[in-house]
Amino acid sequence: MACNRLGLIVNPIAGMGGRVGLKGTDGEEILRICREKGAVPEAPKKAVEALKRLLPAKDEIEIVTYPGEMGELEAREAGFEPIVIGSIIPGNTTSEDTKRAAKDIADFGVKLLLFAGGDGTARDVYLALKDRQQPVLGIPAGVKIHSGVFAINPRRAGELALLFMQGKVRDMKEAEVMDIDEEAFRQGWVSAALYGYLLIPHERTFVQSKKAGQAASDTVDLEGISYYILDHMDENKDAIYIIGPGTTTRAIKQKLGDEYTLLGVDVSQDKKIIALDADEKKLLEILSDAKKAFIVVTIIGGQGYIFGRGNQQISPKVIRKVGLENIIVVATRNKVSALGHNPLLVDTGDEELDQALCGYVRVVTGYLEQRIMKVSV
Amino acid sequence: MTNVRLRKFHQAHWDEPIIFELSVPGRRGLIPPAPEEEIKEAAGDPKGLVPEEMLRKEPPALPELDQKRVLAHYIHLAQETLGGNLCNDISQGTCTMKYNPRINEELAAHPGIASLHPWQDVDTAQGILEIYYKFEEILKEISGMDKFSLHPQGGAHAVYTAASIMRAYHRDRGELDKRREIISSAFTHPCDHAAPATAGFRLIILPPSENGYPSVEAVKAAVSENTAGMFITNPEDTGIYNTEIDQFVKIVHDAGGLCFYDQANANVLLGIARAREAGFDMCHFNIHKTFGTPHGCSGPGLGALGVRDHLAKYLPIPTVEYDGTKYYLDFDRPHSVGKVRQFQGPAGVLVRTYAWVMTIGQEYLKEVSEISTINHNYLQKKLQEQIPEIEVPYAPGRRRLEEARYCWQKLLEATGVSTTDILRRVGDFGLQHYWTSHHPWVVPEPMTLEPCESYGKEDLDEYVAVLKHIRDEAYSDPEIVKNAPHKCASHKLADETALDDPKRWATTWRAYVKKKGRA
Repeated sequence: MACNRLGLIVNPIAGMGGRVGLKGTDGEEILRICREKGAVPEAPKKAVEALKRLLPAKDEIEIVTYPGEMGELEAREAGFEPIVIGSIIPGNTTSEDTKRAAKDIADFGVKLLLFAGGDGTARDVYLALKDRQQPVLGIPAGVKIHSGVFAINPRRAGELALLFMQGKVRDMKEAEVMDIDEEAFRQGWVSAALYGYLLIPHERTFVQSKKAGQAASDTVDLEGISYYILDHMDENKDAIYIIGPGTTTRAIKQKLGDEYTLLGVDVSQDKKIIALDADEKKLLEILSDAKKAFIVVTIIGGQGYIFGRGNQQISPKVIRKVGLENIIVVATRNKVSALGHNPLLVDTGDEELDQALCGYVRVVTGYLEQRIMKVSV
Repeated sequence: MTNVRLRKFHQAHWDEPIIFELSVPGRRGLIPPAPEEEIKEAAGDPKGLVPEEMLRKEPPALPELDQKRVLAHYIHLAQETLGGNLCNDISQGTCTMKYNPRINEELAAHPGIASLHPWQDVDTAQGILEIYYKFEEILKEISGMDKFSLHPQGGAHAVYTAASIMRAYHRDRGELDKRREIISSAFTHPCDHAAPATAGFRLIILPPSENGYPSVEAVKAAVSENTAGMFITNPEDTGIYNTEIDQFVKIVHDAGGLCFYDQANANVLLGIARAREAGFDMCHFNIHKTFGTPHGCSGPGLGALGVRDHLAKYLPIPTVEYDGTKYYLDFDRPHSVGKVRQFQGPAGVLVRTYAWVMTIGQEYLKEVSEISTINHNYLQKKLQEQIPEIEVPYAPGRRRLEEARYCWQKLLEATGVSTTDILRRVGDFGLQHYWTSHHPWVVPEPMTLEPCESYGKEDLDEYVAVLKHIRDEAYSDPEIVKNAPHKCASHKLADETALDDPKRWATTWRAYVKKKGRA
């Protein structure tokens, strides 16, 4: 693979809705309203700001991008002569263009794919690249930034991209791609999904979270957490374990067998997975003849949600059936610390249940370590 | 603030190899003259003095060097450190880096002290035992505890001994199987998590509330019939005094647990607040912090562990006792957790600290704490006046005691310069690189400074001026900060992540060769 090629995608309309109070730009109608209200594109200038940070290595880096406002214009404005591939209808690009651009640029061969946009853009990039190990990095330019794939700000995105291109940052990590249903959000309720994980370069001071630790210390915590749960399973033979999605719970699933899902809810009994990617109906079916059951969930996304984001299959009915006292929350110390003193959050869609879940819970952070955390709505 | 001229510091930098890399086969030091025949005969074969099974099969893999090179090697290394008592050590927050009076070193080196042997008859060691006994009396007065052990060699060692005592206490009551959980807080020193975990307990960690310390509700949520006890610091690393600590203790006691007060750094509590009045069953002091003896690599430490009467029988053996006419060692303590160290603990440290306390005197110990608090509050005020980017998270407007955990996040966002860049740059001005925080960081981009009573106003002003200068550089020439140090023997790590991965670092030559697969 060409080691000096940097991919670039700009979602030209990302960020327009924020200034005019529209919570995002997904959908053509909203985009029209944005334009009428005088919203101006945010992504292009943020992309230029990031790219300027790469100028010190201008002669060593080749930018591969899509035409016009999807990257070509921004690359030129920043002072690069990009390789332009693909085609678009100027002034009328959609999420399909983002997906196509991501696939084409990755096929062309780039060391890193930089994209400017928000959660919607991250989701499109993820959908295009989900089965490949393509390092990416987001330049935050959207209204919604819930995903962990973005740098702290455009300038830091450029700096991190430069260090990665120069081989000075080699540590990688899986970062969450989350997106909220904008239409629902505008109606006043939030419905977020965990779409998956993208591989990003990892350096403490650059990415969207205040995490201090590095990947290796997470590995140690994940081992401890897994063995804690395995011991718990030994003490509760025959019990059903409903294990939610995420990289933390994946560490447990991996100890239970070769087949598991990262994004789905898997169910285990006697330390074996008995159901993969179960939906609410399947979970209730399993629970109907279970004597004892536990739910194992982790924090999804940077806001601290343990229910209602990316694990909606574990519905109010499922939670009530298992019993509130049988919920086990797991998370690495880095993930807990990244929340600062913000509480864990629940949003099951059942107000009464949400209230009942509030208070203090124990979060398992290692084999011999748990944290007391406040839960709030 | 007085006008400060920044120091034109430049440290020796030798690029000194590790001593094993200097080894040349066959090189050696001086060869002493052979002993005379009759001495040889009288001494016999020295190998015969060592039991057969203890003899090495192969000689140790030591480096081979001539004496001159060995001496130069260690002088070079010494020149590449920032040393104790050498520079402005405000940097090491939570460590209480005091000036260690030289006279105390002389007292510890006095032949009457230095040539004592722990195996000699106690009748011939009454002086050192008197120092043990009287220093214990002083600590009892300062803490309100009823009995002390001066055996542990450091803070974490004392905490581990406390965890062992807690284990023995619950075992004696037949409750150890049930009481497996220790409560602690996020800003308490990590050894208060690690030591009880090593002793077999599970840790339940409380998060800080907006006050900077845990809420009473969180403590209530944490206790249960499984609670063995609580290990907690006050003030925690944030420097904020927890005024609800007695309520914490009561909740844990009511649940059947014991309470241990980590007072490693008690520099603002002397003569002001005691563990006894807060209700604690045990506490410990780091003598090498609060009580004036050298810290870290400048010498051995001492973690003095104090307990209330109901736990006194568990203290390590031997204890030092006085029968009205003479001092003696008491080994006959059947409930003791046993020995935690050879002999009676680090006696030389005790001589230094006894001299330190006696020099200061009872009435001025309190002044130590008052000056430390005033020093910190002066430093914090000046830093926040001079450097708008510095934040002090938690409990806004509330005064800290001896230290604060500062936050450089705003400067990072504005300039890309992080706290690890700034701390490396600090060394370029002849100051010790500062301490950030334990991991994982709860306060982002942290810095923890502690200007204890040893420092004068000019030291504090110098520190503020250096940080202000670096903050200005972060805007005008960020690369100079990011690539620091420039005038210091220390390095910028090529790959910070390597230190986080045990597979990639080594603390001994043997481990290095093993992990790298080569010399």
